[in-house]
Amino acid sequence: MTTRFFGAPVKRNEDRKLLTGQALFIDDVELPGMLHAAFLRSHAAHARIKRIDVSRALQRPGVVAVYTADDYGAYWQPGPLLVPPPPIPRSIFNLRTQVPLAKDKVRHVGEPLAVVVAESRYIAEDALDDIDVDLEPLPAVIDLEAALRPGSALVHDDLGSNVSAHVHQSKGDYRAAAAKAHLVIKRRFAYEHGIASTIETRGVVAHWEARSQHMTIWDTTQAPVFVRNGLAAVLGLGERQVRVIAPFVGGGFGPKIMMFYPEEVALPWISMRLNRPVKWIEDRLEHFFATTHERGQIHDAEIAVTRDGRILGVKDVFLHDGGAYDPYGLTVPINSQCTLLGPYVVPSYDSTFTAVFTNLPIVTPYRGAGRQHGVFVMERLLDLAAHELNIDPAEIRRRNLIPADAFPYKNGIIYQDFSQLEYDSGNYEPVLDQTLQAIGYAEFKQEQEKLRAQGRHVGIGVACYVEGTGIGPYEGAKVQVQANGKVSVATGIGTQGQGHFTSFAQIAADQLGVDVTDVEIVTGDTDQFYWGAGTFASRGAVVAGNAVNEASRAVRQKALKLASDAFECAEEDLVLADGKISIVGIPEKFLSLGELAKRANPMRGAVKPGTEPGLESTQYFGPPSGATANGVHAMIVEVDPDTFDLKILKYVVVHDCGTVINPLILEGQIHGGVAQGIGNAFYEKLVFDDQGQLLNASLADYLLPTALEVPRMELGHTVTPSPLNPMGIKGAGEAGAIPVGPLFAQAIEDALQLKEKNVELLEIPLSPSRIFDLIKASEP
Amino acid sequence: MQPDRHEISISVNGTAYRRSVESRTLLSDFLRHDLLLAGTHVGCEHGVCGACTVLLDGAPIRSCLMLAVQANGHELSTIEGLASDSGELSPVQRAMHEHHGLQCGYCTPGILMTMTAFLKQNPSPSEEKVREALSGNLCRCTGYQHIVDAVMAAAQAMRAAAP
Amino acid sequence: MKPAPFKYIAASSLDHALTLKAEHGDEARFLAGGQSLVPAMNFRLARPAVVIDINGLDEVAGIDHGSTIRVGALTRYCALERDSEFLGCCALFADALPHIAHPQIRNRGTIGGNLSHADPASELPAIAVAMEARMRLKSARGERVLAASEFFQGSLTTDLAADEMLVDVEFPALPPRGGVCFMEMARRRGDFAIAGVAVIVTLDMEGRCSKVRLALCGVGDTPVDASEAAAPLVGQACADEPIKAAAAAIQATIEPAGNVHASADYQRHLAGVLAQRAIRTAYQRAVHAA
Repeated sequence: MTTRFFGAPVKRNEDRKLLTGQALFIDDVELPGMLHAAFLRSHAAHARIKRIDVSRALQRPGVVAVYTADDYGAYWQPGPLLVPPPPIPRSIFNLRTQVPLAKDKVRHVGEPLAVVVAESRYIAEDALDDIDVDLEPLPAVIDLEAALRPGSALVHDDLGSNVSAHVHQSKGDYRAAAAKAHLVIKRRFAYEHGIASTIETRGVVAHWEARSQHMTIWDTTQAPVFVRNGLAAVLGLGERQVRVIAPFVGGGFGPKIMMFYPEEVALPWISMRLNRPVKWIEDRLEHFFATTHERGQIHDAEIAVTRDGRILGVKDVFLHDGGAYDPYGLTVPINSQCTLLGPYVVPSYDSTFTAVFTNLPIVTPYRGAGRQHGVFVMERLLDLAAHELNIDPAEIRRRNLIPADAFPYKNGIIYQDFSQLEYDSGNYEPVLDQTLQAIGYAEFKQEQEKLRAQGRHVGIGVACYVEGTGIGPYEGAKVQVQANGKVSVATGIGTQGQGHFTSFAQIAADQLGVDVTDVEIVTGDTDQFYWGAGTFASRGAVVAGNAVNEASRAVRQKALKLASDAFECAEEDLVLADGKISIVGIPEKFLSLGELAKRANPMRGAVKPGTEPGLESTQYFGPPSGATANGVHAMIVEVDPDTFDLKILKYVVVHDCGTVINPLILEGQIHGGVAQGIGNAFYEKLVFDDQGQLLNASLADYLLPTALEVPRMELGHTVTPSPLNPMGIKGAGEAGAIPVGPLFAQAIEDALQLKEKNVELLEIPLSPSRIFDLIKASEP
Repeated sequence: MQPDRHEISISVNGTAYRRSVESRTLLSDFLRHDLLLAGTHVGCEHGVCGACTVLLDGAPIRSCLMLAVQANGHELSTIEGLASDSGELSPVQRAMHEHHGLQCGYCTPGILMTMTAFLKQNPSPSEEKVREALSGNLCRCTGYQHIVDAVMAAAQAMRAAAP
Repeated sequence: MKPAPFKYIAASSLDHALTLKAEHGDEARFLAGGQSLVPAMNFRLARPAVVIDINGLDEVAGIDHGSTIRVGALTRYCALERDSEFLGCCALFADALPHIAHPQIRNRGTIGGNLSHADPASELPAIAVAMEARMRLKSARGERVLAASEFFQGSLTTDLAADEMLVDVEFPALPPRGGVCFMEMARRRGDFAIAGVAVIVTLDMEGRCSKVRLALCGVGDTPVDASEAAAPLVGQACADEPIKAAAAAIQATIEPAGNVHASADYQRHLAGVLAQRAIRTAYQRAVHAA
């Protein structure tokens, strides 16, 4: 195989459709006779449902049906557990998954109570006003600590407490480590992560065709195969009767995974019931409540260090806000627990978390998926230790990095993918060096003195992280050469902008000697590819990419075999390039791949035993465990000492995600991640009142960064291939977003010399107002 | 109450349309679901995200904040009209492709329309001006850097091509 | 997020519009740029039974340059941005317009729509108060003229009667030896202000302040006229002490409530910081003008 495309900044195959308005997104699906659904949602965070009367709504012209939980009958059942909890001894996990429509009780604002089906979305929304609902308010469970106190109201009455999960993991002897430490620092940290807020909201179109007994579902899901299997089961259909299509999806970032959201469950059932296609498109207001969030954790953490700043151990006890239901198992808090360890040697670790049910929307992974929370705690602990020990913040990190010769590095605890948390490969110190070089760390420290003398408040931050990526179970790919010579690649994952139409095409094109534009990728259509897990945990390129590679290689072998038979020569004497196979040295003697594809499907003669017709292959790839990427971000900020507004003067990311398929796409992934990280660190906050009402449910008040808030970023990378897959790649989807919180805290503290004022920034998100309030509170 | 309907005549990308619309139909919905010009995207329906930006008589506006009936007698341009009839991409479209200025592509129509109008008015913008002009369009994927690069490159290409 | 049903009428003249409003009263809303009304309708926070579209009324659009500057209610932000003569006379607008939302909004939004919407965090109401603008209100019954400070009654509330329309706003031209400054802080450019200050300083021949007008946005139910608190500046040249004292007096007059972006304490603090900066800049510009 000669590499022509792999590793090159190939422009994307999918762009043309998107740039000309021809790509099919969910709301572009138009079907004859299509109806439109709107959901009546609870205005209360916690209430008993006394009565729902839909009779007036049914009388409104244009309304076709209105359903409540009672109408669902046996179809009403709580959603599935999506990710089972890892087998950690003595863990508690209380499973309570979301329900398709609220029955008896509502548990968060926005939980659906009823669905209206009408001739237009406008009419459906009109009819929502016609439904009479009688809710008896109950005390809302909002505060994590109060939720665990005896006598708290209960989100799930039958549980007897609001504990969703309780997990303890440890290695080494932290108590002994602390006893012999030169310094132990203990603080409380609060980290909130907001909402993904994709620019395209969610949507579902369901079309039951009674004549063919077939269901087609268009769904903005990241995991169409899971959705097909789950919905087929609850609808009482065979999996072959259900086709789920994830069309072009306008951003995913986690919450568009296979949630079995109430709307995903409702629409197919309604379509079967009414025998008409039905569409539901989430509006922006709904999106704030109906799509899952990530939210807060409170950590009581301590670090034990030697006099020269070496970590002896870390202890952490934290609470995790899980929201009203926990279908995603332990994934988010486990990620926090594991990722806290970062790129450092931590000889002893004692970590306990309690996930708490609250009367707030459900929490599931959003880009970073809890990793941010852990990284914030560790990075801040190191900053505090560095300050106490009078060690430079970059230096204390360097002293604790896992050395290059220690890989594969066992962390001694269990990760979200059930395997031991083991870093497959890495070389961390050069990444830190390159970052410090690029940000001009040493020079800045001198410059800073000068600028301070001029009254300017500039500061620097450096934060390290690792990112577990590319976890199993598996993905597959079907690669097929068509008679027209074009290569078709189908996989089971969904795609939401990651460039799969190009990166997978690069892999196949190199194996099959065709141009990258001659490879057509199909993702997210369960009729095109039957098996798969989905796009999450920075795994698409790693897992599906390797499957594409394996399948392409198999097709290449088939093509060479066919050609060698045709030319009656050895395969070694053949060359595959430019879409054809020729004999070495005799370029005029060739067979095109299209011709070979035709010959592989003969009209006469038998297919020989042990062979298959067609120039195609389906292969699967499942890594034994996740590949661990790593990186360092650095930032220089200037803070207005009076308004506390800030300007980012320089931003650098250096990272290592193994072998790179397409540096252009990779850059885009990092840029986008950093932008979301900046939003998380300084702009985006879900503000709930003590009754569980979201006070800023609009894009005017939930502040996504614009082009003016996101700075130009300077990227660098190093390459430490992963030994866990033949291509050596690691995921990169979340790298940009993970360490931005501690970076802001560190750089702002430095700029304003807050340590001298005894002000510590131990929470995210920050804001000018919050910084002002913290400084004010510290003044005598 | 009977739906309040009105006859309207509008031109979109040079094609004349005559339709009856209910008064409350948003222009964004009208373009997408009545005219089946679904390239214009809807992200927030309260005028913040900018995905639905179209040109009304040449000026970028939020189509979610305008009633279809208000567009009566006006000329609209949408993403479907940017490339030439032969399919050749416009300078902004081409630059977005070359600089990887889009990922999921959902916000892209609004950005293309905003920037197409912007570059007409500002053929030699600074990066800061581009960022200001872009600030009414939210993108959640790209971090904007490649979009800014694309717009700067498109400006340069347009200047080079100008007579 | 689709609007509830309504009857749509495109007004053919100002008289027509006012007759319709007299007929439908509070049930009807004028639709100008729609940049505040349509989002409210999409959220179904506003549900007018009748929408009177006044976009065709050229008679209430445009800028009249005379001894005072008269701006028709239907004048769009983008028209203000492009009118250099207007920006010269009403220089507070030159400072403020870039802070008002984004280009797409400024292409549609109108000055009359903004002022009638009376969002206390919006820039223009504070500017109108600082400039002592005169608001002309018309109805089928007749017309009246109100000072800006009388026009704004509360959050999203004005003195407009159910049958009235704000038809134009008269701004006095910047006096000789006058300097202005508008400053605000919002979380992102284009957002509503956490606090904003509009100030006009007029100097006497000796370079001392002879008059100061100062109003704030974002820190109360209405734009806050804090000219009285700033009045001790009169007779003072540009100097730290009097400006600091004025800022402190301004901080004492406001009662910010805090919101999801800022605590009340921070808003008050910020109002003081911005007041100092804006006053200083206005002085400097006045000196420059003199």
